[in-house]
Amino acid sequence: MSALLQEMGDRALALGVPLSVQVDLTYRCNEQCIHCYLDHTDHGEMTTAEIKRLLAEMAEAGVFILTFSGGEIFLRRDFFDILEYARELTFCVKLKTNAVLIREAQAARLRDLAVQSIQVSIYSHRPEVHDAITKVPGSLRRSINAIRFLKSQNLKVIIANVLMTANMEDIHGVRALADELGVECSLDPTVTPMMDGDRSILNLNAGDSALRQIFRDEAFIGNAEEFCAPPPTPSEDSMDSLPCSAGHTSCYVSPYGELYPCVQFPLSCGNVRQQSFLDIWRNSQQLKEVRSIRLRDTSCSKCAHGATCTRCPGLAFLEGNMRGPSTADCEKSYARTGIPSANLLAKKETNAAPRRLVQIQLVPPITGSRLSNLAAAP
Amino acid sequence: MSRKLYVARSPRIAARKLGEEMLVMSAVDSTLFTLNPTATILWQAADGATPLDEIVEHKICSEFDVNPDEALRDAETLANDLATRGILLISEQPIGAAKPRLQESA
Repeated sequence: MSALLQEMGDRALALGVPLSVQVDLTYRCNEQCIHCYLDHTDHGEMTTAEIKRLLAEMAEAGVFILTFSGGEIFLRRDFFDILEYARELTFCVKLKTNAVLIREAQAARLRDLAVQSIQVSIYSHRPEVHDAITKVPGSLRRSINAIRFLKSQNLKVIIANVLMTANMEDIHGVRALADELGVECSLDPTVTPMMDGDRSILNLNAGDSALRQIFRDEAFIGNAEEFCAPPPTPSEDSMDSLPCSAGHTSCYVSPYGELYPCVQFPLSCGNVRQQSFLDIWRNSQQLKEVRSIRLRDTSCSKCAHGATCTRCPGLAFLEGNMRGPSTADCEKSYARTGIPSANLLAKKETNAAPRRLVQIQLVPPITGSRLSNLAAAP
Repeated sequence: MSRKLYVARSPRIAARKLGEEMLVMSAVDSTLFTLNPTATILWQAADGATPLDEIVEHKICSEFDVNPDEALRDAETLANDLATRGILLISEQPIGAAKPRLQESA
């Protein structure tokens, strides 16, 4: 992030302005990625008119950076109508897409509308791996073709990869592909739970050893010594720091109009079909609660990683407490430094403890006939 | 009689008012600018149809205690600077095509 954008972020925070908003236009998708956190069934998306009204309200509220995502945004027939209106309102527009539906004509239109950047999901440089993740044969070839169309229009493209067991061998291949195409590349090291709280997809995560490897690979993290350094003792200032921009200068709106602090923080704060965007932004009790979170109030305040951890309050919320730990971030801190977080240590103790407790609780009154059963118990 | 200059906001920018300043991002190279309150007034009035001297007279001199000739010279310098950065269009003829809507904000 540029120093000026950081400064603007600080100013927006002081003024209470939502500088950046992601709007998912649809949850429908033409790919069926194995790690996706969404329900792709359409449960009643906002209409074109509803989205345009929302955009006008967001411009009025001071939103500058507008990210359109999904689902697959190009599945909406009114996508360019919405985009054109967003640009009329002078938003800085970013797109997230699998790009499968982008051809020369769409790329030229995106250039004409001065879109700031297009993030394209690519999970491997090998079709057999990428297409197995998206479950769409030919999807890698089409996405790469689209990137070439976008680049030929001088548009900024960022390849977004997600680390999973299925593609962990290919992360360098994806970077090489990005270099060949002349685009940027990002890697998300963790799969996140589904928005309804279902955690079953977490078993796709590549695991500790893969994380440790990546966190020592300077191609991904820069200076490894600095990145993996032991955490400094949390200062008094860090105790009052904000966890992230969610609910402070940014938020997320679903295709059904629900406003959340972040796409990874499924705490509904209101619906823009029933209230104005600004009314929710200023008056939602849920947003006020999110804004009140400080490190000193969380269960992580005594953790060695407190000052440097990327603790996501949304993922913590999905674990049951927005002021609690986010285990995915604990695991990242551990993989980075080799020092377990307070939460991981507690989990280790708890995992050991219940077995003892259960054994004690379940021990039946000892009678002569049951002694042999007890001895045979594992 | 001096030549008339017309100014218009480029349609290839993103912009939003933040407090008293204007945030402007060029779509060409993603460079981010902030305009101070005086430049913001000029920017908002840059509709392609109103000559720069009229903008200075009606929007700037009426707001600030400045010498009109000096204010116009400063405004021309600013307009040329913004034009070289690709975020303002400048012409000796009215500019019709580029009129992105701008919203007032917090």
